[in-house]
Amino acid sequence: MMYKNWWKVLAVILVLFSVTGGLLIAVPALPILHESIRNLYYHVPMWFAMIIIYLVSVIYSIKYLGSGKENDDLIAVESVNTGIIFGFLGLGTGMIWANFTWGAPWPNDPKLNGSAIATLMYLAYIILRGSIDEEQKRAKISAIYNIFAFPIMVVLIFVLPRLTDSLHPGNGGNPGFGAYDLDSNMRYVFYPAVLGWILVATWIMTLRYRIRVLENKNNQIQ
Amino acid sequence: MLSLYMSFYYLCYCMILIKQVKSLLYKEILLEWRSKYAFNGILLYVISTVFVCYLSFKTTPPLVWNALFWIILLFAAINAIAKSFMQESKGRLLYYYTIASPQAIIISKIIYNILLMIIMSAIAFLAYQIVFQNAVANLGLYLIAVLLGSISFSTVFTMISAIASKAGNNGTLMAILSFPVIIPLLMLIIKLSKNAMDGLDPSVSYDEIGVLCLINIVVIAVSLLLFPYLWRD
Repeated sequence: MMYKNWWKVLAVILVLFSVTGGLLIAVPALPILHESIRNLYYHVPMWFAMIIIYLVSVIYSIKYLGSGKENDDLIAVESVNTGIIFGFLGLGTGMIWANFTWGAPWPNDPKLNGSAIATLMYLAYIILRGSIDEEQKRAKISAIYNIFAFPIMVVLIFVLPRLTDSLHPGNGGNPGFGAYDLDSNMRYVFYPAVLGWILVATWIMTLRYRIRVLENKNNQIQ
Repeated sequence: MLSLYMSFYYLCYCMILIKQVKSLLYKEILLEWRSKYAFNGILLYVISTVFVCYLSFKTTPPLVWNALFWIILLFAAINAIAKSFMQESKGRLLYYYTIASPQAIIISKIIYNILLMIIMSAIAFLAYQIVFQNAVANLGLYLIAVLLGSISFSTVFTMISAIASKAGNNGTLMAILSFPVIIPLLMLIIKLSKNAMDGLDPSVSYDEIGVLCLINIVVIAVSLLLFPYLWRD
């Protein structure tokens, strides 16, 4: 069993390391940010996990259109469900951070608005699923919406903030975080945190997917 | 030899596609011309909305003027384009299935909706200008923004209305599916038209125009790829 589950162990180790290390390991003393810079380890990985898990969802939606297998659709929908959780976590941690450094929980920032709209997009996906009763039709139509919405979400989160002024580093002419804030000490915590949270997101998704498969088996007429 | 054969085959396919699009488009326009229901309905909708806004706002600062115009157009577009698949009966769709390729159908719908939206937004802009009287510094660029806006609304909403029509045909679903998708485009369009109002140098707006064109191309390409799956029932 161990050889299959090594990545779950890795996820636990990485997340535990980044959570404790993020609070303990020394950070550079910067104006305005001060100790809140530690939120980098908790806020940014949420977005990485969300994007990766949405990408998984789109890949499985495409796979579903090709194969028509119900399990592909289940992976797609559970990925979206997990992604929405991480989206809300990312918004929450970001709002706390923004409240301390930018002075308001919701400054008018394209990246904030963009990620809120992306979350709306995936909530619409859930509602679309709820409106169709027939299972195969539901799977097909929601897969189509998922694929259709994804390129626009990419524009929303990655292209638009770069076109307009943004408070976020790396956008609107601001230098990226890596340029001078992120010293080597922080990298040792940040990269494991990103990888760890992506793995945790995948883990949550597979758990939910397996529950769905079992439920389906249970509901089938023997 | 094989490549020659392939290119010949491809050429034939394109010719057939163009022919099908032409006849489907002709059919759409003919149907609309006979009843004039959709066009007149939407036209009245736009004009009365403009009038309602005029009576409630009287005069507006430029920022509000611009945003209000696009919100009016957004709702008019949703109402106009939501009809494009809902008015088709099941039997008629089945008939199309036997005579035309799905790509031809979606292309003809998109082109028809673009034409409808361009005419409608032109009339809306005229009415809006007359009633509200606001100085647009660079009228040419603003008209380009209106043109790009109507094209973007049409390409995005046509596919969404196809999805919504498969999922029970209700207006609420159309709105919640299309708003998150259109917002990024709308943000770009509003920025572009604001630049035009302020009379900024056109070179400032090249970024927005480029990104808008790019999104439209991507949306059309994705629609062409996905519509065949949506269509088969």
